[in-house]
Amino acid sequence: MTSELKVSGSLQNRLMFTLISGAAVLGIILFFIVRGYAAQIAQNGQDDILEASLSSILDAVVIQDGSVEVDFPYASLSMLDTELDDRVFYSIYNDGILISGYEDLPLPEKINTEISIFNTIKYKDTNARIASAKRILIGEKERITISVSIAQTQDALSRTLNRISKNVALFGSGFFILVTLLSYWATATTISPLMRLASSVTKRGPQDLSPFEKKVPSEMYPLVTSLNKLMTRLDLSLKQSEDFIAEAAHRVRTPLATVRSYADATLQRVTKKENRDALRSMVRAIDEASRAASQLLDHAMITFRSDNLQKEPINLNDLVQNLIDNLAPIAEMKDIELKFKQEDKIELFGDFILIQNAIRNLIDNALKYSPYEGIITVSIGTSPISFLEIHDQGPGFPPKDLDNLTMRFTRGQNSNGIVGSGLGLTIAKDVANAHGAKLQLSNHEKGGACVTLLF
Amino acid sequence: MRNFIILIFILITSSLSANEWEDKKVFSNGKNTNSLSILSSTDTSFFAPIIKSFLDKYPDIKIEYFVTGTASLDEIFRKSPEKYDIIISSAMDLQLKLVNDGYAKKINQIDHPNWAKWRQSLFAFTIEPAAIVLNKKAFKNIAIPKTRQDLIKELRSRSTFFRNKIGTYDVRKSGLGYLFATQDARTSETFWRLMEVMGGLGTKLYCCSGDMIDDLVSGKIAVAYNVLGSYAEARKKKSDEIEIILPADFPTNMMRTALVSNSSSRVKTSETFIRHLLNTQTEKNNDKTHSLPPLFLKPGQQTIILEPALMTYLDKLKRKTFIKEWERAIIQ
Ligand SMILES: Nc1ncnc2c1ncn2[C@@H]1O[C@H](COP(=O)(O)OP(=O)(O)O)[C@@H](O)[C@H]1O
Repeated sequence: MTSELKVSGSLQNRLMFTLISGAAVLGIILFFIVRGYAAQIAQNGQDDILEASLSSILDAVVIQDGSVEVDFPYASLSMLDTELDDRVFYSIYNDGILISGYEDLPLPEKINTEISIFNTIKYKDTNARIASAKRILIGEKERITISVSIAQTQDALSRTLNRISKNVALFGSGFFILVTLLSYWATATTISPLMRLASSVTKRGPQDLSPFEKKVPSEMYPLVTSLNKLMTRLDLSLKQSEDFIAEAAHRVRTPLATVRSYADATLQRVTKKENRDALRSMVRAIDEASRAASQLLDHAMITFRSDNLQKEPINLNDLVQNLIDNLAPIAEMKDIELKFKQEDKIELFGDFILIQNAIRNLIDNALKYSPYEGIITVSIGTSPISFLEIHDQGPGFPPKDLDNLTMRFTRGQNSNGIVGSGLGLTIAKDVANAHGAKLQLSNHEKGGACVTLLF
Repeated sequence: MRNFIILIFILITSSLSANEWEDKKVFSNGKNTNSLSILSSTDTSFFAPIIKSFLDKYPDIKIEYFVTGTASLDEIFRKSPEKYDIIISSAMDLQLKLVNDGYAKKINQIDHPNWAKWRQSLFAFTIEPAAIVLNKKAFKNIAIPKTRQDLIKELRSRSTFFRNKIGTYDVRKSGLGYLFATQDARTSETFWRLMEVMGGLGTKLYCCSGDMIDDLVSGKIAVAYNVLGSYAEARKKKSDEIEIILPADFPTNMMRTALVSNSSSRVKTSETFIRHLLNTQTEKNNDKTHSLPPLFLKPGQQTIILEPALMTYLDKLKRKTFIKEWERAIIQ
C-alpha cells in the first residue's frame, strides 16, 4: 500500500542557496562599489597634487624684457614625489609653441584658464594622469597664452588601489562566510519544527492516532490541522470497523450456542448411526465457528483495550496456575501432562484480562498441537530477564512460516485438520506489544514448539 | 631630403665614434665569454679597484670603461643607449632624468635603502661632499674660513691678493658643477653673494675637479669653490699642499649613482655588476679603505634627495635663467 514517495529538492537547501547566493551577489556589488569609491578618492588625491603643481608653475610665469620666463619653484616637482617614485613629465607652451618640457606630451585642445582639466593617458608605455591649464598674460604690446601640462605615472596609486582591493576582497569574503554560517543556522532553526513534527510522527506507536497538541509555527498550522483531521477520521473508521466485527461476532455467537444445544438434544434422541455421525460433525463445525467468533471478539477487545490499558499489579505465578487448573480437563482428554516449573516469582504491572487471554491462547495452542500423552511444560523465571516459556512435544512451528505466524488469520502448514482461526498468536503478540514485552517463537532442539514471553 | 637625413645620420655616428674620451680602458683576464661596457664620469683610478675586485669573482668577463664629463656623458648615452650597459655619473639630476625618461632598467632583486635609490632603477653608491679647497701656502698668514660667509669676508678684505686666484666649476660645461651650484642657490642667498664677490675678483672656470685641484697644488689658484671632496682627499694624501673645508653653514652632499641601460643586451651581467658595486660600497667591516667614499649616512648628514624635483633646474627655461644670472654674477 505504501508507494515510494518522490523527493524533489530540500527546503533547507533551497533556503540556504537563496540566502548564500544573495550574499554573494551583495558581496560582489559591495566590492565594486567600495573599490570604485576608493579609486575615486585616490584619484582625487593625485589630481589635487597635480593641480597644485600646475598652478605653482603657472604662477611663476612672468614677462621680463619682452620675453617669457617660467622660473617655477623646486617645490613644483618636489610635491610630486611618491613612495614608489612615480615619473613626472610636463610641457610648457607659449601660444601653442613648446618652450620647455616634453614635446610629445599631449596637450588637450580646449584648456580653461581657471579650471584644470584631468585625463588619464598612455604615455611612454605606462598609464599617466595628466593635468592641464592655461594662463593669459598681458604684456606691453601683446597678449600671450601660456599652457602647461603636467603628468605623473600611477604606480603609487595603483599600489594603493591594489591594497584597498585586497582588503575589500578580504572583508567581502569574511562577510560572505559569516552570512553562510548565519544562513545555515537560520535555515536549521526554521526547519527544525518540521523535523520535530516528522520525528514525533515516526516515533508514535502504530495504534496512536491521537491529534498533535504541541505548539507549531503558523506556517505549519494548516498542515498539522489537516493531519490531525485525517487521523481523527482514520481513528474513527478504525474503531467503527472493530466495533462492527465485535458486534458481528457477538451476534453470531449467541444463535450458534442455541443451535448447538438443539443439536446436542437431538443427538440424544437420534439412534441411527449415520444420523448421529452427521449430527456430530455438525456439532464440531458449530464449535469451530463459535471458537472463531470468540477469538474475533477477544481480538477486538484487545485492540480496544490496548489503547487504554487498565493496569494493576499481577502475580504471574498465580495467574498461570489458575489457567493450568482451568485447562486441566481439556488436557486430560488427550492424556496430556501439564507441568508448571516455577523458578521464580514474577510480579507484573499490567492489564490482567489481556495477559490472561494471551497466555490462555498460547497454552491452548500447545494443547492443540501436542500429541496424545505428550508433556507441556510452562516455565517462569527471571534470569537473565523475566520470562514465561511454554514448551510442548508437538511438531513445532513450520520454519518457513515462522516470520508470518503472528499475523492476523495466518495459519501454518501444520494446521490441517486442527481447529483454529489464525488469531491466537496475533492476540498474544498484540498483548505483549501493548505491555512493552516481546513474543518469541522457536523450535526446541529435541522437537516441539517453544513460545517465550520476555517481559 | 632622404639623402640629407642619411648624411646627418652618418655625420652623427662618425662624430660619435670619434668621441674624445677623457679616458678609455679595457679590463680583462684574457678569457672573455661576456663583456660589459660602462659609461662613467668617475676617474678610472677611483673606479678601477671596484672593477678589479669584480673580475676576481667573475674572471671571464671583459669590461670596457669609458670616462667622460657628466654633461657629455648624458648626451652620448641619450644618442646611443644600446651601446652601453651601465651608466655611472655624479650628476644626480641628469641620472634621475634618464630614469624618468625611461632609459633605465628596473632591477627588482636588489635590496637597497629607499633614500639611496629611485624607481628601483637608479642606485646611489657614494656620498661625497662639495668642498672649499685652499692652497695651504697661500693661507699661511690668513685665518682659514669655516663657512661661505667667512670666505666672502676674506675675499673682500684681500681682494688684491685673491685677484685671479680663485677657481670654480664652469656650470655651463660641467653637469656636476651645475648640480652643486643649483643646490647651493636653492638653499641660500649666500651663494649669489659669493658668486658676485668671486666674479669681481676674476674667477677661473674649470670643467672638472681634477684640473682645479692641479692648479691649486701648483699654486696657480689659492681657493677653489665646490670641488668634489673625494678627489681632493685623494690628492691630499699624495701631496699635503691643500686644505679641505666642508662649509659649516650648509654642506652639500652628492651621491654618485649607477643605472643599467634599458636597451642593454647584457642585463644579467649588468645586474651582477651593480650588485657587486653596491655590496662593495655598503660593506661595513671593511679593513681595506674604499677607493670611493662609501654609502654611509653619518648622523645628521643630509644629501641631495633623489626626487623628481631634481629635474627642476634641467628645465630649459630655468636653466637659461639660472645660467644668465650666474654669468651676470661671475663674468663681469
Ligand atoms: N504449539 C504449536 N505447535 C506447532 N505449531 C503451532 C503451535 N502454535 C501455533 N502453531 C502454528 O501457528 C499457526 C498460528 O497459530 P494461531 O495464531 O494460534 O492460529 P490457530 O492455532 O488458530 O491456527 C498455527 O496455524 C500453527 O501452524
